[in-house]
Amino acid sequence: MTARLFASALFAGLVAGLIAVLLQWSLMEKLILEGEEYETGNKTHFAGVLVINEAQEAANPAAATAPEATPADDGGEDESLFTRFSLAFFADFTSFVGWALLMVGGFAIAEKYGQRITRKDAILWGVAGFAAVHIMTGIGLAPELPGQPAAELELRQLWWVTTAVTAIVAFALFGYGRTPVYIAIGVALLLVPQLIGAPRLEGYSGMAPPELSGEYVARSYAVAFITWVSLGVVAGYFWNRLAGRNNTALPA
Amino acid sequence: MTVSIQTQTQARDRAAVNVGVLPIVSAIAAGVILIYFTGFAQASQYHDSAHDTRHTLAFPCH
Repeated sequence: MTARLFASALFAGLVAGLIAVLLQWSLMEKLILEGEEYETGNKTHFAGVLVINEAQEAANPAAATAPEATPADDGGEDESLFTRFSLAFFADFTSFVGWALLMVGGFAIAEKYGQRITRKDAILWGVAGFAAVHIMTGIGLAPELPGQPAAELELRQLWWVTTAVTAIVAFALFGYGRTPVYIAIGVALLLVPQLIGAPRLEGYSGMAPPELSGEYVARSYAVAFITWVSLGVVAGYFWNRLAGRNNTALPA
Repeated sequence: MTVSIQTQTQARDRAAVNVGVLPIVSAIAAGVILIYFTGFAQASQYHDSAHDTRHTLAFPCH
């Protein structure tokens, strides 16, 4: 059972990580790099940003006064992009193996209660994962370009984890709960973090153009959706495929 | 695992598959650890390595 769990999570995480890094590289990286141009003060798009440039100059004179000294322009751009790509692949792979482990752990719990994971179920698990980890958290904490000011990190992380975990439990209750009471508990779990509300700043002081942020957020959701559905499908496939190799034969 | 062998026949009768609790707990724990390091750990080597991924996948990041 342990081998089945870890092997199917590894395969699913590998496929999803590969899809994620290709999408990230083709759709996101250019926007991240452009966001960093605004973050470092190399680019400004609006008069109001001048204030932030002064603060930037005070905190880090090199970056503000000598744009050519920033990493993006240091002449080793190709090498730095290659490093970024490798790190991105490693991080995508690792985090999706992580999510896959949670997902197949969920498959195993479902199986323990006699629920077989069909291909359609696996797709729904992927959609539910996307909804829990991205949509429900995104209500309070939208995806951010680098350099976007935000509330204190620890508080945001705490809210994010609470929201994702309660949403995962809620969706499990919607999918597998047998009575209206479970559904009601699920609805309450979805609502509570949103009623508490995510930590936010007063006012807006982003440095990047709103259009860039908008495009970034839309693409972030697209990347996450495609990756999560793939994760569900591949995890379900290997979960069932590897079942025969153990003594835990599935009911036909 | 002894417990799972003993209850295997019973489990099949209920059309449920016998799954040990320990493997499930270890898989979930391993998943949480991986997600923690890629998405949350603030030590700069983790943050810098996973930076672009954290932004793409909308983990709260700096």
